[in-house]
Amino acid sequence: MRPRASLPVAALAATLALAALTGCTRNQPAGAGAASEGGITVTAADDSCAVSTATATSGTSVFSVTNTGTRATEFELVAKDGLTIVGEIENIGPGLTRSLSVQAQPGSYTTMCKPGMTGSGVGRAAFTVTGEAVALSGDAKQLADAAATRYVSYVRDQADQLLTATRAFAASYASGDAATAKTEYPAARAYYERIEPIAESFGDLDPQLDAREGDVAEGADWTGWHRIEKDLWAPDGKPLDGAAREQAAEFLVEKTQDLKDRVDAASFTVTADAISNGAIGLLDEVASSKITGEEEAYSHTDLWDFKANVEGAEVAYRGVRDIAAGKDAALVRSLDARFAALDALLARYGSLEKGFQPYTDLSKADVKALSDSVNALAEPLSRLTAAVLG
Amino acid sequence: MVRERRGGGTRDRQGVSRRGLLRGFGLGALGAGAGAATALGAEHAVAASAVPPADRIHPFHGAHQAGIVTEAQDRLYFAAFDLAEGLAKADLVQLLRDWSAAAARLTAGRGVGDEPVSQGDYAAPPEDTGEALGLSPAGLTLTFGFGPSLFDDRFGLADRRPDALVDLPAFPGDALIAAASDGDLCVQACSDDPQVAVHAIRNLSRIAFGRATMRWSQLGFGRTSSTTRAQVTPRNLFGFKDGTANLKAEDTALVQREVWVGDDGGWMAGGSYLVARKVRMRMETWDRQSLQDQEQTIGRTKPEGAPLSGGTEFTAPDFAAKGDGAPLIPAASHVRMAHPSENGGAQLLRRGYNYADGNDDLGRMDAGLFFIAFQRDPRRQFIPIQQRLASADLLNEYVVHVGSGVWAVPPGAAKGSYVGATLLS
Repeated sequence: MRPRASLPVAALAATLALAALTGCTRNQPAGAGAASEGGITVTAADDSCAVSTATATSGTSVFSVTNTGTRATEFELVAKDGLTIVGEIENIGPGLTRSLSVQAQPGSYTTMCKPGMTGSGVGRAAFTVTGEAVALSGDAKQLADAAATRYVSYVRDQADQLLTATRAFAASYASGDAATAKTEYPAARAYYERIEPIAESFGDLDPQLDAREGDVAEGADWTGWHRIEKDLWAPDGKPLDGAAREQAAEFLVEKTQDLKDRVDAASFTVTADAISNGAIGLLDEVASSKITGEEEAYSHTDLWDFKANVEGAEVAYRGVRDIAAGKDAALVRSLDARFAALDALLARYGSLEKGFQPYTDLSKADVKALSDSVNALAEPLSRLTAAVLG
Repeated sequence: MVRERRGGGTRDRQGVSRRGLLRGFGLGALGAGAGAATALGAEHAVAASAVPPADRIHPFHGAHQAGIVTEAQDRLYFAAFDLAEGLAKADLVQLLRDWSAAAARLTAGRGVGDEPVSQGDYAAPPEDTGEALGLSPAGLTLTFGFGPSLFDDRFGLADRRPDALVDLPAFPGDALIAAASDGDLCVQACSDDPQVAVHAIRNLSRIAFGRATMRWSQLGFGRTSSTTRAQVTPRNLFGFKDGTANLKAEDTALVQREVWVGDDGGWMAGGSYLVARKVRMRMETWDRQSLQDQEQTIGRTKPEGAPLSGGTEFTAPDFAAKGDGAPLIPAASHVRMAHPSENGGAQLLRRGYNYADGNDDLGRMDAGLFFIAFQRDPRRQFIPIQQRLASADLLNEYVVHVGSGVWAVPPGAAKGSYVGATLLS
């Protein structure tokens, strides 16, 4: 597959906590004057952090933070305990303005800036929110926690099944049983394709496991699934010898074990927006490389990957659906309908259980219909993360 | 912030915009030229030549759709769309509502969606794609049409298909490519800035995902017709002036008779019919013809565009005039074959564009004319004229028609309504 923007699993962990605490935290780049309508302006210099007002009424407060300093900065709204960050906006480059929306309850807070993104902060000032308590929609934190727990379990389960299936495939391939290996290949890959954004988030693993021939720099080693695919389906008069096959099979198992170990680690967490972004990423994957039939250039088992990507996206979507539903019911209705439509269309060509037609059997019109259906889903799906965070 | 123009937030907050200043200068400098066009008062016909082209805004709402008698802009992006399988009629209506709302914004020089790109949700893709940020309205018009296929059994519209919306017959010499022909819907985007036209079609296409997909599209880089007298006649890729005798917006009685569907036209009253033909030109061959052959083929002089019977560009051709026994304008020349006097008075409002799509495998330019014509009834206008041309026009040796389509272009939308409301409401 093509290298694409990875899913920052760990980096987003803080956002989940935030979203849960405040019910609404949205970081936005702001054009000049974004805060003009009742917003609060913050001037963040290298040694000060001037907030235009020290009070606000409960509800959504919008801070428009302009970095007048020389280093990247962040702005934080901290709860009375001095530890809990109620809202923050990071990575504001010098000269830039970004806005932060916070739904804060009445109480006492502290505002501060962190030039250079480290240290204890500058320009600490008291900030008071008055008025009535704000009712948070649903039980935001519980929903987000539950979604994260469910998704982590799903990823671990898929990685576990992937390892089992990969071992069997590798054994068949290494022993020279090409016929069995060819049957096992697309089925094993489905586990990988369902959680591909997670594998990609580890940076090094996906290129080692899933690179296509054209992705590899000249002179670099080509390893993983597609190296073996080429050997199985298109030996090109130069099949790998027994030792090379064994080495390729071993490497595949070793790296898959690595993937499983990483998702099994206690430190492996995901956030609600990361889950949503994973769903979007999987559909993008389908729209850019599966639909063209370039992923499985030799085996033509693209429809297995296609289906697994869509399933993975659907699981991720289901995980955050309730969170999004409370905020954008129309979006959720449209996503439900379009996932169903794409599933129905894919079912015309087979299933993961019974197998799919080779991608090369599809007519141009068939591919166009699939592409239309993917686009119809991908467009509203691109707004899911905003709805989850919103 | 819905007032914001494409330029982004900063411009509106200044008392006098940079663009406003420019417009002021333009009026002073060019005011003298405005008379002819502004005296008309016909809707959309006036391009107010005093306003610099970049700042022109053609209102989207009105009795007729803009982009027909509107002074022909320099650039085109034309797209045909097919509706999604299983789409309900209500979805079609909503699509046309969404398109109309977006078109009203785009033609006014704004982006789609309420939020400027700079202030949208950071976690969501921007509503507008952004490539027209900072660009002027550039005279953008968006003109929507309904193809014959819209009137099949999908939406229950079969009995509303206008008689005039016939399938075009096969013309001799046609080499039509299905992937460059027809479509349930068409959108003609014309602008003086190609990026503005592409931006419009791209965003309309994005709005349509799940409801309609682009079937084919065509970029046109230079207009080949004048639709007002104030405009200089442009040249096609054969190097000849094209559209000298075109219907002009100023010919109000003719426009009424030849372009707009009359009050008896039911839901099409105030609409028009658009025929598009992608005409590939065999330029390498043409360029090897002597000047005499080229002029005999066209029937006009190359530099001036005067008819070979004499005079200047706008002198009426005299087909009876003879030189050495033979007519000065050959009987099968393009100008004669296409002339209203040879076609029972039928005329077209042509609005075509030159195109260049790269080259073919043999290194020949894949270029030509993307012909667009508006008319009241293709059965009386385009079809008989083209049948005549296709059978005998000397020009046929150098052109081949590769794309084709006909669409019913409904009347303009009133404010708060949408294009197609007369058919679908």
